[in-house]
Amino acid sequence: MRYLCLIYSDESQWPKMPKAEQDKWMAEYGAFTEGIKQSGHYVGSERLEAASTASVVRQRNGKVSITDGPFVETKETLGGFFMITAKDLDEAIQLASKIPGARHGSVEVRPVMEIRRP
Amino acid sequence: MSEDPADRMRATVEAVYRAESRRVLATLIRLLGDFDLAEEALHDAFATAVERWPRDGVPANPRGWLVSAGRFKAIDGLRRRARFDASLVQLAERLDAETGDGAVSDEEGVADDQLRLIFTCCHPALPPDAQIALTLREVCGLTTEEIARAFLTQAPTLAQRVVRAKAKIRDARIPYEVPTRADLPGRLDAVLRVIYLVFNEGYSASSGPSLTRHDVSGEAIRLGRLLVGLLPDPEAVGLLALMLLHESRRTARSSTAGELILLDEQDRALWNRELVSEGAALVERALLSRRFGPYALQAAIAAVHAEAESAAATDWAQIVALYDVLLRADPSPVVELNRAVAVAMRDGPEAGLTLIDAILARGDLTEYHLAHSARADLCRRLGRTAQARASYERALRLTRQEPERRFLERRLESCGDPS
Repeated sequence: MRYLCLIYSDESQWPKMPKAEQDKWMAEYGAFTEGIKQSGHYVGSERLEAASTASVVRQRNGKVSITDGPFVETKETLGGFFMITAKDLDEAIQLASKIPGARHGSVEVRPVMEIRRP
Repeated sequence: MSEDPADRMRATVEAVYRAESRRVLATLIRLLGDFDLAEEALHDAFATAVERWPRDGVPANPRGWLVSAGRFKAIDGLRRRARFDASLVQLAERLDAETGDGAVSDEEGVADDQLRLIFTCCHPALPPDAQIALTLREVCGLTTEEIARAFLTQAPTLAQRVVRAKAKIRDARIPYEVPTRADLPGRLDAVLRVIYLVFNEGYSASSGPSLTRHDVSGEAIRLGRLLVGLLPDPEAVGLLALMLLHESRRTARSSTAGELILLDEQDRALWNRELVSEGAALVERALLSRRFGPYALQAAIAAVHAEAESAAATDWAQIVALYDVLLRADPSPVVELNRAVAVAMRDGPEAGLTLIDAILARGDLTEYHLAHSARADLCRRLGRTAQARASYERALRLTRQEPERRFLERRLESCGDPS
């Protein structure tokens, strides 16, 4: 079963970090990704541009409206995701807990809806 | 006992239902991999029993028979529905192939199924309210109405909680498994919390529609025993001891008219000695492990009370010492309050009152009726009637339990006329 692990964190911290520390985090993400590729749990992952670059699109009565940024002002914003495959929620949680972002932000684990249903 | 064979058979099936239905359900959930499917299968199995047993006699192993019948009915039902939904064919075939009769009869496997069910119902990914509701419904077999009454909630709210929780178990694939050793301590804490909450709901009300609630405590103790049998963790042992020691006083803590009787006024001859000695032995076992925690400590305190011949003969110094350890292990204002009451018994009411007033002055427990009734009691013993009255009145406004309300009213009357 697939789970989407959404990584939320305070993105304002990133630019304030010294280069060496940024490199350390990047290396940790690299190692985590490599690890779950090796173990066969990896499906995909992306890092997102800052939340300030986001656009929100709605269509109502045929009219498209575009607004800036995430809807709510929150400290922690979506910064990236991993799509993983795991046998159950416990395994997914165990994997998600190793995402470096879980240590400074939070990771939301969402099961992917399966089409077939008994 | 009725002479009518049909009545007797009905009574037999009902007895088997009470004794076995939860275990049958736990195994069916494992075999069928779905709560709703398993519940339906459980009902079908009992319906089949009502039909067949009068003719064929009660089987030698009713539980095994019911699991087999439930599994058969579920697979049969899926095959019939498969005419309208092709995906069900696959499911029915897989269930048929994967779940042979070997999975049904094994005793250890059945006990594990119950443990699996407990851990799944108490999974931290489920909201706390839903954990309790689900455990009572699925593990203990209480109806939604019974749970709603016990927790003073509306039945539809509770039913929705259960439905949502079951949907999350299915859709997020919360496993039907005993957690791994690494996850066990945290997961066990959640289970112990649920069991103790269930016990307290059953224990705190001892009048009115008390039968159901008494059963709730009994279920909590049963769960505790099951847990200790399978996972002899010191805190699980401590919780079971704590529940047994509380339970030992059940008859003594209310009068025949349903009036509440406090520990120091209870007739200790009414305490259930069997439960006391079982509880005390478990306390010792937990403490010897040296890995005990708050439950074992609370049980140790209860054991000191249980072993005293009278309230006056209680080893209050030891109780205060145990509260000191408990306060370090699990600091909370309620533990502080209980310690203050023990200090009052050791050093006199004045000393206890100072401690309680300090807690209240900090803003803690101001809405907790037991803090005010304890304060009132100490004031009464010091002869400060006006203060005692005020605190009893405050406690009265905050309590929601009928026997406690009547108890406080009696205490208030004993303080005499305000004028």
